[in-house]
Amino acid sequence: MNYYSEAFREAFNLIITLDRELLNVVATSLRLSTSSTIIASTIAVPMAVIIARKDFSAKKFFNVILNTLLSLPTVVVGIFVYSLISRRGILGEYQLLFSSTGIIMGQTILILPLITALVRNTIFSLDEKLYKTAKSLGATKKQQFKLLIMEARYGIIGAVIAGFGRVLGEIGISMMLGGNIRGVTRTMTTAMALETNKGRFSFALALGIILLILSFTINFLVYFLQEGEHYEQR
Amino acid sequence: MKKRYFALFFILIIFLVLTGSAAAQDRLILATTTSTENSGLLDELIPPFEEIFEVRVDVVSVGTGQAISLGANGDADIIFVHAREAEDEFIEAGYGVNRRDVMYNDFVILGPPNDPVGISELESAVEAFSAIANAEAEFISRGDDSGTNKKELSIWVEAGVDLTESWYIEGGQGMGASITMADEREAYIFADRGTFLAYSGEIDLEVLNSGDPVLFNPYGIIPVNPAYHSHVNYPMAMAFVGFVTSQAGQNIINNFSSYGEQLFYPDAISSENLVD
Repeated sequence: MNYYSEAFREAFNLIITLDRELLNVVATSLRLSTSSTIIASTIAVPMAVIIARKDFSAKKFFNVILNTLLSLPTVVVGIFVYSLISRRGILGEYQLLFSSTGIIMGQTILILPLITALVRNTIFSLDEKLYKTAKSLGATKKQQFKLLIMEARYGIIGAVIAGFGRVLGEIGISMMLGGNIRGVTRTMTTAMALETNKGRFSFALALGIILLILSFTINFLVYFLQEGEHYEQR
Repeated sequence: MKKRYFALFFILIIFLVLTGSAAAQDRLILATTTSTENSGLLDELIPPFEEIFEVRVDVVSVGTGQAISLGANGDADIIFVHAREAEDEFIEAGYGVNRRDVMYNDFVILGPPNDPVGISELESAVEAFSAIANAEAEFISRGDDSGTNKKELSIWVEAGVDLTESWYIEGGQGMGASITMADEREAYIFADRGTFLAYSGEIDLEVLNSGDPVLFNPYGIIPVNPAYHSHVNYPMAMAFVGFVTSQAGQNIINNFSSYGEQLFYPDAISSENLVD
């Protein structure tokens, strides 16, 4: 038991003294997760608006696919993107395997369905009357879109944060596509796996604590935003 | 207002993506085994090389089998592994050229300090394994088809032991986790010295049998064949081979110690050319 308390003490020490290696890993994780979340959101929000508001023949089919992709396992995305960007893959010549870009590609694909579906649900749940009123008052297409985004903003932000939380905590993609290269593609999760194997529990534990704090913060934000929404609707 | 936000967004994206993949520098992808990287040796060996040749070495550490297949697929420029037979196959298939011996370390048989079977008095590893089997003492195996596991199985085959009995436990985990498991159960286990040293502070298990030539674990370095994968960074791969087998590189390996013990023994140059 003494061994564990020792590891905990050392972990806190690493966090408090802002250990450089630790910071580097956390920064890499945040940079990659932010990049993939921004890219995924930029694509997902307009896509969700189209799926929610437009009628097209394959809509039902599309929604089923989207719901299925919600539970996409990270290793499946990993192996899929791996086969694309390996030297023997279609995109092999661009040297994307074992680079940040590779991880960002994989993570973007991972959370694209998640953010799309969550935003779609938010837009579905908006009051139809509001939209019709705006239309009858002569709102242009652009103004309608703006109104929609404004009304759904809490849901959208919640969806984006949920996506961010998912990529921050995933390990399959980062390990397979990034290769856990120190200072380049070593993220919090891959570093934890490595340091545990090396028997450096305190370092892994410190990362675990940071990751936990981050996901608490993220979940707290999501909860807070949703509360805000309920409050406004009252 | 909106436009400004969007502009900021895109600048942020470009910035984030670019800072990650600043690939202007020459880059060498080294595929190696987890045990090599976990030992900490590469942290000593690579920085001087990077400085001399102005190159960034990206270390991808995976299982021996995967490291070799990364080389075969051209996803790595050079491989640094310890699986002599698989290395020879790799070269015979035309995936690699110019293999060099770099260093060796050894495997050890660990067990509880009181050594109920008495393997510490036995000469060879095969004898020790036979004794464990005859006594039906609990033995933990990694059972994950790793290099260490393959080595262990080859010794069992030599000892002619049937491994379906209940004293033989396949943990299906990495070396560290398996050692911890053996420690908890006071069982015997076959391990590499590096991982044992890393864990020695936290466990009661001790090295009971070592030194048999069978337990010898040689490491080789092989650049990926540029005739097979034209895109690989062959000049830099050869430079790295040159560096690790040079007097400077071999000295770094010779002087590298962890937990007060030497982990690897260089064998690319003769020992009188090494400086302490």
